[in-house]
Amino acid sequence: MNSLLDFFSFADPNIRFVVIGSVLLTASSAIVGTFTFLHKKSLVGDAIAHAVLPGICLGFILSGTKNPAYLIAGAFVTGWISLIGVEYITRHTRIKEDTAIGLVLSVFFGIGILMLTVIQKSGNASQSGLDHFLFGKAAALVGQDLLVFGTVAVLLLLAVFLLFKEFSLLAFDKDYAKAIGLPVRGIELTLTSLIVLAVVIGIQAVGVVLMAAILITPAAAARFWTNKINIMILLASVFGAFSGLSGAYISYIAPAMPTGPWIVIVISTIAFISFFFAPKRGVVNRLLRQRNIRRTINDENVLKTLYQLSEESRNFFIQRSAEEIIRRRRFSLETLTKVLNRLKRQGYLEQTGKHWSLTEEGKNRGQRVVRIHRLWELYLTTHLNIAPDHVHDDADTIEHLLTPELEAELEKLLNYPKVDPHKSEIPYA
Amino acid sequence: MNDLYIIITASLVASSCALLGCYLILRKMAMVGDAISHAVLPGIVIAFLISGSRDSMTMLIGAGLIGILTTFLIEFLHKKARLQTDASIGVTFTWLFAIGVVLISLFAGKVDLDQDCVLYGEIAYVPLDTLIIGNQSIGPRALYIMGIILAAIILFIVFGYKELFLTTFDPAYATAIGISTTLWHYLLMGAVSATTVASFESVGAILVVALLIAPAATAYLLTDNLKWMLALACMAGVAASVTGYYIAVWLDGSIAGAIAMMAGVIFIVAMLFSPTHGIFTKKFSRTASIAS
Repeated sequence: MNSLLDFFSFADPNIRFVVIGSVLLTASSAIVGTFTFLHKKSLVGDAIAHAVLPGICLGFILSGTKNPAYLIAGAFVTGWISLIGVEYITRHTRIKEDTAIGLVLSVFFGIGILMLTVIQKSGNASQSGLDHFLFGKAAALVGQDLLVFGTVAVLLLLAVFLLFKEFSLLAFDKDYAKAIGLPVRGIELTLTSLIVLAVVIGIQAVGVVLMAAILITPAAAARFWTNKINIMILLASVFGAFSGLSGAYISYIAPAMPTGPWIVIVISTIAFISFFFAPKRGVVNRLLRQRNIRRTINDENVLKTLYQLSEESRNFFIQRSAEEIIRRRRFSLETLTKVLNRLKRQGYLEQTGKHWSLTEEGKNRGQRVVRIHRLWELYLTTHLNIAPDHVHDDADTIEHLLTPELEAELEKLLNYPKVDPHKSEIPYA
Repeated sequence: MNDLYIIITASLVASSCALLGCYLILRKMAMVGDAISHAVLPGIVIAFLISGSRDSMTMLIGAGLIGILTTFLIEFLHKKARLQTDASIGVTFTWLFAIGVVLISLFAGKVDLDQDCVLYGEIAYVPLDTLIIGNQSIGPRALYIMGIILAAIILFIVFGYKELFLTTFDPAYATAIGISTTLWHYLLMGAVSATTVASFESVGAILVVALLIAPAATAYLLTDNLKWMLALACMAGVAASVTGYYIAVWLDGSIAGAIAMMAGVIFIVAMLFSPTHGIFTKKFSRTASIAS
C-alpha cells in the first residue's frame, strides 16, 4: 500500500517523468491508433511495429550511441520501408495483403534480431538497454529521452488535431473525399507517417512485439461505447492513458517485470469488458435484446393465433387447448408452453386446467397484431403494387415492429379500410 | 557435427512450417498463423508449470488446444462482437502473448524459459540437449521431436490431401460432398499450433511466422500446382536454413534471425525472377514481345 502512496504522490521527480512519459506515449498511440483502426490498418500497425527493430539497431550502429533522436530516425526509415514493401508486394505480385504483411513483419523482425544479437556480442558498452525495445520499460524513460519522446508525442497530437476532419472523412468515405478534391494520397501518406511515429515512440513503453495492442486495442474498446468519432478518440486516449499509468506503476514496484505485457493486459481487459458489456454494442446486451425480440414475436404470434381462432365465432374468450393453437400455427410444444405461461404471468391469458383463454388485454393485443398485418398487406398491394399472394411474409414481420404512431399514419393513409386484399376483415378496437 | 545437427533441426522446422504455411496462405489465413504462433505462449508456460518439463505430450496438447481456442476467439470477436477481422486478430494475439510473457516473469524461477528465448529461440543450444537411451547419447532431442512432427505433418497432408485441397479451394463443393470444412479448418489450426510449439524452443515465436509464411509465399510465386508448391516451399525453407546458419556463424549473431532474413531474401529473388510470375521476367517478356 505504501508503494501506491509513494507512487501517486509523485514526490519523486523520476516517478513524475515516468508517469508523464508513459501516459503521453500510450495516449498518443491510442489517438493515432483510432484512425489506424478505422482505416482497417490494424495489422499494418503490427508490421510497422516489428519492422522498426532493425532501424533502431541501425541507428545505434551508425551513431554509436543510444541517443533517441538517432534511434527514432532509424526506426522511422525502416518502418517506412516495411510499408512500401507490403504495398509493393501486394500491388506487383499475386500475393495477398495479409500474407505480405506477415512476410514483411517476420523478415524485418528477423533482421532486427540478428542485428541486435550482433550488437550485443560486439562488446560495445553503451548497447545495454537496447533490448528494452523488445518488451518495453516505462521506468527507463528519464530526462533527455523523455524530452525527445514527449516532443514527438505532442507533435503527433497536434497533427491529428489539425487534420482531424480529413482523417475522419477518409476513414468513412474515401470516394467522397476524392470527389471533393481532397489530396487523398497525401493525407494517407501523412497518416501512415503518423502511425510510424506513434509506433516509434510507443515501443519505448510496450516494446516492439506488443506495440500493435496499444495502437488498436484502445480504439477497438472505445468503438463499443459510441458511434461518434470524437468521443471514440477521447475514450481511446483515456483507456490508453490508464493502461500507461498502470504500466508505469508496475514498472515502479516490480522493476524486473516487463512493462509492455502488463500494459497490454490492462488495456485488453478493458477491451474485453467493452466487447461483452458495453450497453448497446456489447455481446451480452445484444444477445439479450435479440432474445427479447424473439420473445415478443412468439408472444404476439400466440395471441394472434388465439384471436384468429375465434374470429368467425366472434367469441374471443373461448377456452382453447395447446393442440388447437398448434393446429392453426406451428409451434414446438416446449416453446408454446413457455410462451403461454409467460403470457399468463403478464395478464394476457387465463388458464383453466389444460385450457387457455384470452383476457381483455390479450384480445386487444392479438387484435392489434392482426390489424397491422392486414393493413400492411393492403398497403403493399395498393401503394407498392405487389401481388396479394406475395405480401404475407412481409406483413408477418412488420406486425411486430410497427409503432403506434406509424400504425395511426397507415390507417389514415389507407382511409380506415374495412377489408384486406384477401377479403379478411380489418378489426378495429 | 554440431553444425550439422543445427542445420538439420532448422531444416526440419522450416519444412514443417513451409508445408502448413502453403495451406495458410492459400486460405488467406497468414495472419491467423501469426496470431497462433504468438498465442500458444501462455499454453506452453502453463503446461510447463503443470508438467515441470519440456518434452511432454501435455505441452503439445495444451498448446494445440490454445491454438484452436485462439482461432475460435478471433472468430467469436468477429462474428458475435462484430469487431473487424484485422482488429480481432490483433487484440487476441497481443493479449495472449502478453499473458505468456508475464507468466514467464512471474515464475521465472520455475520455468526454464526466458523472454529472449521466446522471441528468437535457442537453436544454437540444440546439440547440447541430447536424447539418451540406455547409456548412449543418440543425438539432440529437438532433432527427434522435429522429425516426428514433420513425419506427422506429412502423414496429415498425404491422408487428408483431398479434404485439405477441396476445403481450401472450393469449400462450397467440399461441403456439398460431405466434407466438414469446420473440422478440417480446426485440424489445420491444431497442426499449426503443435508445430509452433515444437519449433518454439529452436526458433522462437516470431521467427516461426517467417518460416510459416516466407517459403510458402516464395513457392506460390513459382508454381500453380499445389504439390509442386508444397515441395518448393520445403526447398525454400531448407535453403534459408542452410544459408542462414552460415551467415549467423559468420556474423556471430542469432541463427534464427539470420534464417528469417534469408527466407526473405529468397522470397525477393523469386518475386523478381520467377519464370512465370517474376516482376523482371514479366517486364522482360513484355519488352521482348513488343520488339518482335
